[in-house]
Amino acid sequence: MKKSLILVLALMLALTFTACGNDSDAGKGSDANKGADADVKSEGVMTYAEYAAAALDTEVTIEAYVQAHQSWWEKEGVGKITVYAQDKDGGYFIYEMNCSKEDSEKLVPGTKIKVTGYKGEWAGEVEIMDANFEILEGSYIAEPVDVTTYLGLDDLANYQNQFVSFKGMTVETYEKDGVSYDCAFVYNDDNSGEPGKSDLYFNVSLNGATYTFCVESYLCDGTTDVYKAVENLKVGDVVDLEGFLYWYNGANPHITSVTVK
Amino acid sequence: MKKYKMLLLLTIVSLFVLTGCHGSRGREPFAVPDKFDTSRDYEITFWAKNDTNKTQTDIYKKAIEDFEELYPNITVNIRLYTDYSVIYNDVITNIATDTTPNVCITYPDHIATYLTGANVVIPLDNLFADEKYGLGGSEILFDAPVRDELLPQFLDECSFSGHYYAVPFMRSSEACYINKTYVEALGFKLPETLTWDYIWEVADAATAKDENGNYLVNGQSVMIPFIYKSTDNMMIQMLKQKNAGYSTPEGEILIFNDTTKELLINIADHVEKGSFSTFKISSYPANFLNAGQCIFAIDSTAGATWMGSHAPLLDISEEQLVEFETAVMKIPQFDPSNPAMISQGPSVCVFNKEDPQEVLASWLFTQYLLTNEVQIAYSQTEGYVPVTSKAQASTEYQDYLSRSGEDNDLHYDVKLKAAKLLLENQDSTFVTPVFNGSASLRSAAGQLIENVTKSVRRKETVDASYMEKLYDDVTSLYRLDQKSTSVTSKAELGPLPKTAVILLSALGLAWLLIIVYVCREAVKHRKTRHNAH
Repeated sequence: MKKSLILVLALMLALTFTACGNDSDAGKGSDANKGADADVKSEGVMTYAEYAAAALDTEVTIEAYVQAHQSWWEKEGVGKITVYAQDKDGGYFIYEMNCSKEDSEKLVPGTKIKVTGYKGEWAGEVEIMDANFEILEGSYIAEPVDVTTYLGLDDLANYQNQFVSFKGMTVETYEKDGVSYDCAFVYNDDNSGEPGKSDLYFNVSLNGATYTFCVESYLCDGTTDVYKAVENLKVGDVVDLEGFLYWYNGANPHITSVTVK
Repeated sequence: MKKYKMLLLLTIVSLFVLTGCHGSRGREPFAVPDKFDTSRDYEITFWAKNDTNKTQTDIYKKAIEDFEELYPNITVNIRLYTDYSVIYNDVITNIATDTTPNVCITYPDHIATYLTGANVVIPLDNLFADEKYGLGGSEILFDAPVRDELLPQFLDECSFSGHYYAVPFMRSSEACYINKTYVEALGFKLPETLTWDYIWEVADAATAKDENGNYLVNGQSVMIPFIYKSTDNMMIQMLKQKNAGYSTPEGEILIFNDTTKELLINIADHVEKGSFSTFKISSYPANFLNAGQCIFAIDSTAGATWMGSHAPLLDISEEQLVEFETAVMKIPQFDPSNPAMISQGPSVCVFNKEDPQEVLASWLFTQYLLTNEVQIAYSQTEGYVPVTSKAQASTEYQDYLSRSGEDNDLHYDVKLKAAKLLLENQDSTFVTPVFNGSASLRSAAGQLIENVTKSVRRKETVDASYMEKLYDDVTSLYRLDQKSTSVTSKAELGPLPKTAVILLSALGLAWLLIIVYVCREAVKHRKTRHNAH
């Protein structure tokens, strides 16, 4: 009797714990396309060229491979994630895609996803917004495309959102709007931020022209190697850089790797 | 012996479950200490918001240094934010873990949500009135404003549920920043007061293109004549100007009405013509304005330093800048004789802590933010106005106002015009009711405009049935059908969720069985003892 009673009590408590748990949907974004490779699009899915040609504000469906993502967050109870994705032909910036916390953990680099959303443009950045996705079978990690020679040229825009590299850049004293900050990098573009939490901005030059690059803290936070590497940059350092070619009123690469030469 | 151990374990587990599920009961209410204990050291955290403006962060840091010099036993650690909503989310998270900051820049709408935790935010009434440490109290080591010097219309914005839960820090409103050059090029003349009809008429006219597809007014391929930064404010102010429903002070949601539909249909019409867009859809109004790609940019007066050909803060390259004359005017009105514009800007609240002395230290720092030194310096960074009559009337501030246009930095004319706009129209400002859920309602107001604008751009049909669905979607997204009413009212919360019913039933049954078991064992034990004798 005592054992039975204890068993009943234990079951009650177990039931209690079960009731406390959340009942969010599991298994969204299920595997639906085993065996697809990086070059083949499913039926009804745009090629990169078709996507690039699509008018703004039209619905688009693409298949691409996650290269990185910004930190997951909730907006009014709806999970969101911003993804840098790529196929063999081009890059996609998928802004605040609907995504549960559980699914966000599946979006590791290389994961193939099918995304349906609307093509938009915000401050020059072409993106997919209001998007939903499903996870497909397949994996692909893009090699960085060296776009050093395109810096300052209109052609650079052809590589927007791709994983790119810049070679042999020289770190300059950070300046913005004619104000020199007397250092190699700043927290936020006007040094109004704080270490570990804010985006890092730094200027690099090549052939006499200077460019501003960024370490986006939602993509690479204060604990990452790249964040620490930029914090250790010195004016005059020559660096190779890798990152995603984000756009904000012009090229504004989100740097993910810095190698001091 | 084993069964007693098991019973004890079960009881402990049950207690743990109860504690875990119900969360913290909250702290004891704060009582103002008789004396501030200066023999102890205090470390307080201050979560501050800036407009991505280095000067503002420098002012915060200087205020902390100056304050710490006066009170060497108080250390203030600042954490900087550039977005109110991020502060809001972080505070909510930290309430759950009992790690709130001591002092925090915030909006009253957000405080209303914080107040759902018991004694989380300090009601400031007693602190205001305290003879020694209250506003301008006898023991304050700096020249703090007295209660009457806090401008009542701003202070009142921090009062809800019968208490003051914050002090205003800065106040701003919205302004319409206008490319006057283009308005006149289109054959229009700016009226004394902008009306919605006027702004739509000019904006529509600016969409005319040449045979190459470039806009006639600027010769460029891009022109969004009218861009609104905060569509939350846009809808709220339109409804206020129309005397249409938004919410009651108690939190009843009134926004889903016919006037709202009419406004949205009208906005949709202008989106279709290419006359209107929003910050969320297109980007910062200032960037388009400065590039000659926008004529009417509505943004906060606290965004004035980004506006105009000679703006001290820029987000576009020099090559993209276009030279034009910038006019700064009140937002458009439906009834120019009875203008209405929103009052906004940061307020400061103090969070409760176990140690009342720590709370008092936090309050002292909060008061320091109201001194002339901080008020005047911070207000000069943007189109803010100080919240104390003491600062507004000071020689230093009046001198500042009188020097509009002397330079394109501290005395940048667009910034000073924006500040003066608010100073001259303080009587026309309003705020929306604050209640638990008012922050969501605010967001919902803007979402209506965002959704309609997106839908038109995506060639969807915006008609009556669209509106019905929109209302349902926005109600659902922001859970406006589930909100409690005012912070203090005993709201009807509706039936418990199924999981809660299961949880509570199981707990009740578990306890009942434990009690039955204990009683049964006690009786048996007594019988055993009795038989032993």
